[in-house]
Amino acid sequence: MKLLSRKATCNSHGQDSSYFLGWQEYEKNPYDEVRNPTGIIQMGLAESQLSFDLLESWLAENPDASGFTRNGESIFRELALFQDYHGLPAFKKALAEFMEEIRGNKVTFDPRNLVLTAGATSANETLAFCIAEPGEAFLLPTPYYPGFDRDLKWRTGVEIVPIQCTGSNGFRITESALEDAYQLARKQNLRVKGVLVTNPSNPLGTALSRRELNLLVSFISAKNIHLISDEIYSGTVFSSPSFVSVMEVLLERNLANTQVWNRVHLVYSLSKDLGLPGFRVGAIYSNDNTVVAAATKMSSFGLVSSQTQYLLSAMLADKKFTKHYIFENQVRLQKRHAMLVRGLKNAGISCLDSNAGLFCWVDMRHLLTSKSFDAEMELWKKIVYQVGLNISPGSSCHCAEPGWFRVCFANMLEETLDLAMQRIKDFVVSTATKSSNTGRSHHLSSKYSARKSLSKWVFRLSFHHDSENER
Amino acid sequence: MEMLSKKATCKSHGQDSSYFLGWQEYEKNPFNEDTNPLGIIQMGLAENQLSFDLLESWLARNPDATMFGSNGGSIFKELALFQDYHGLQTFKTELVEFMAEIRRNKVRFDPQKLVLTAGATSANETLMFCLAEPGEAFLIPTPYYPGFDRDLKWRTGVKIVPIHCSSLNGFRITKAALDEAYDEALKLNLRVKGVFITNPSNPLGTTMNQDEFNHVISFAVSKNIHIVSDEIYAGTVFDSSKFTSIIEAVMDRNLEKTDIWSRIHVVSSLSKDLGLPGFRIGMIYSNNETLIAAATKMSSFGLVSSQTQYLLSKLLGDKKFTRHYIQENQRRLKKRQQVLVSGLQSYGIPCLKSNAGLFCWVDMRNLLSSNAFEAEMELWKKILYEVGLNISPGSSCHCTEPGWFRVCFANMSQETLNLSIHRLQAFVTSNGDGNYQNQKLSTRISRRNSLVVS
Repeated sequence: MKLLSRKATCNSHGQDSSYFLGWQEYEKNPYDEVRNPTGIIQMGLAESQLSFDLLESWLAENPDASGFTRNGESIFRELALFQDYHGLPAFKKALAEFMEEIRGNKVTFDPRNLVLTAGATSANETLAFCIAEPGEAFLLPTPYYPGFDRDLKWRTGVEIVPIQCTGSNGFRITESALEDAYQLARKQNLRVKGVLVTNPSNPLGTALSRRELNLLVSFISAKNIHLISDEIYSGTVFSSPSFVSVMEVLLERNLANTQVWNRVHLVYSLSKDLGLPGFRVGAIYSNDNTVVAAATKMSSFGLVSSQTQYLLSAMLADKKFTKHYIFENQVRLQKRHAMLVRGLKNAGISCLDSNAGLFCWVDMRHLLTSKSFDAEMELWKKIVYQVGLNISPGSSCHCAEPGWFRVCFANMLEETLDLAMQRIKDFVVSTATKSSNTGRSHHLSSKYSARKSLSKWVFRLSFHHDSENER
Repeated sequence: MEMLSKKATCKSHGQDSSYFLGWQEYEKNPFNEDTNPLGIIQMGLAENQLSFDLLESWLARNPDATMFGSNGGSIFKELALFQDYHGLQTFKTELVEFMAEIRRNKVRFDPQKLVLTAGATSANETLMFCLAEPGEAFLIPTPYYPGFDRDLKWRTGVKIVPIHCSSLNGFRITKAALDEAYDEALKLNLRVKGVFITNPSNPLGTTMNQDEFNHVISFAVSKNIHIVSDEIYAGTVFDSSKFTSIIEAVMDRNLEKTDIWSRIHVVSSLSKDLGLPGFRIGMIYSNNETLIAAATKMSSFGLVSSQTQYLLSKLLGDKKFTRHYIQENQRRLKKRQQVLVSGLQSYGIPCLKSNAGLFCWVDMRNLLSSNAFEAEMELWKKILYEVGLNISPGSSCHCTEPGWFRVCFANMSQETLNLSIHRLQAFVTSNGDGNYQNQKLSTRISRRNSLVVS
């Protein structure tokens, strides 16, 4: 008899994909300004490290929030015992208001319809458990976040059928792509229970257009299925058009309190907007009371630490702070984004036009030796090992076309991003030189190290973290 | 087409059971010394509120633990970004030492074999996902914690087959009971993947004895199945020398180098020992590398907040504190248990002899109007609505004999406990005329006293 379950021994956690392998390579040889200046620069981690100073100064000014005190009185006991899966009311209220603020107050959220979960990872899996039986399917537009293969499928037994999007129209979701996906599922004998979109998109960095949102609403309406909108990056929209949530579109179409209203669910988290992935703060928002009730009970398997709920309830309740934070963070994101786009352009590489996220969707099709995924992998390995950048190949995101890569820009220092741009430029130049000088062998790594950039900056401790489960 | 999944719409989360219903009644009318002195006293919540002062004074002396180490550089950023499912190494190191201390250092734990989860609730479910396919079964001794019906079965599809334990021998696990349970599973066409024990037991409050260990271990060896030992109450044993972990028991039988060693898995948590259920700190410990690898990845669905990991790494790193805490906490628990036991005994209500836990397993069979679960429910409702105590009826714990109740003693003040005993005493006195108890009261009490001495 088999000792462990199939779930425990199979590979459907998806962690053998290149997305995670690149990470491992980085871990073996991580870049450090001083100690390992030729190491691999991590550009595969969608984290924001740009605005910690704002959070740190808030913490310094508000010691009560981390110190288990409220107005100087200890509430340690209260928090230590608080394990109610309905969540800390003050925190849910503050979180709902924060979500409203991010959406320009165009929608309102009732804290009673909010379910707290240990991160969006938990929220997504929980929704899959609530909506679909094992063997049923969700349609997801490609390219999508590699972690979904684990989060939506692994323990739930749910299937993913891709909605193929292509570079010819900027990877926008079309009616025919939706219909094709639906038919593909049917051919595979899979009952479709819903569509899951990430808005703004990971890895594209684009916010869904009103047109796409309307298409989605019409589609799920016609097929009588659900829509999950993972809006984890909603606070990272840094330039126009401003973020439009699917909830806003439903209101515009007067669909509030109709059947389709109950089939649209949001997922949110503070991991990207506030840069707090370690605190495990996620949420499901649904207008369907049965979903809220079931998800609430399921959240028992991944509750948010009451200590953390309290800290964040205080922080998010400080409206002056949140307003300033959201604005300033977006300014910094925009600046970084511009830097990356400029740097790549300088190397003759273009990006998909984007206005959100912590990454760019980069077009390296012209650098492929052939229009194939093998060539993409070949290029990716060169970039990881020779150029020393861990970026995410489009194939790991199930992109239908080879040659696209997700490159993160918010998880390192400006100087490091500069260096990464320099390395890419060098690589492109030497590749061009190589192809116009056939027969001459190039050792890209030695060419690169001969032009080692000097560290002009004050020694700074760099912190390595071993996360293997990153968005 | 069904809009939502069966999991979302069915009742297998088990939350319609009386265990949860009593809770709801309490929420509607909660006792408060000042504002609601006639309200329902919560005695259905296995929480430890006895030693917060110790924790609070530690916190006051160690502000850095919560202020992200403000002295000499903030580690806020580091923690904010830390989501490695391998867990904070410093925390795991301290945690395994704490676990070893509770086990009198008879067992040493390797932090690499520990998986952190958001509470034992998450740990137990994760183990089921890793050890069994939907439709396979685990054998669990009755009575057991009602939450298992949700935690082990709901989303995993795993089945529970009870190992019936009886008051005749103090609810100890017997070889016959194990065999019967296994046969029952076969009859139901269920493949048995393991035995799931809670040691110390909830709701019994007893630690497993040598005989039970022998039966369970031999059984798991012969059937080639797993043993999951939920040791969440290990720190609540009034006398440390009386607690033996499954790992120690297996080692005592020199089975470390055999197959069974990789089929032993321990679950624990800081919710009961330290009284911190709100912080969601649970863990799985196993020597099975494949299991640890899978469980680690699965913990993505319920990681412990890095903020909380950091705080606890500091707390548990203070060995002087933990040593004192463990001892003092156990002393207070023992004292409280004795108050409850003697208070009930004086009015003819015996408790199962126990040496651990945050509750007593109380024998109210002589208060039943008949030897039936309907009578138990009747009695439970009286106690809930008329006496104003929320206690847990044995049926909600799948006990095979009616009349037993789990009564918690560590989640209220001394005064409140005294009040609840008075209320029960008043009830017993005024209800001294139920038919069943009149007939056999004296004989039953004396027979019972010889088996179940409190």
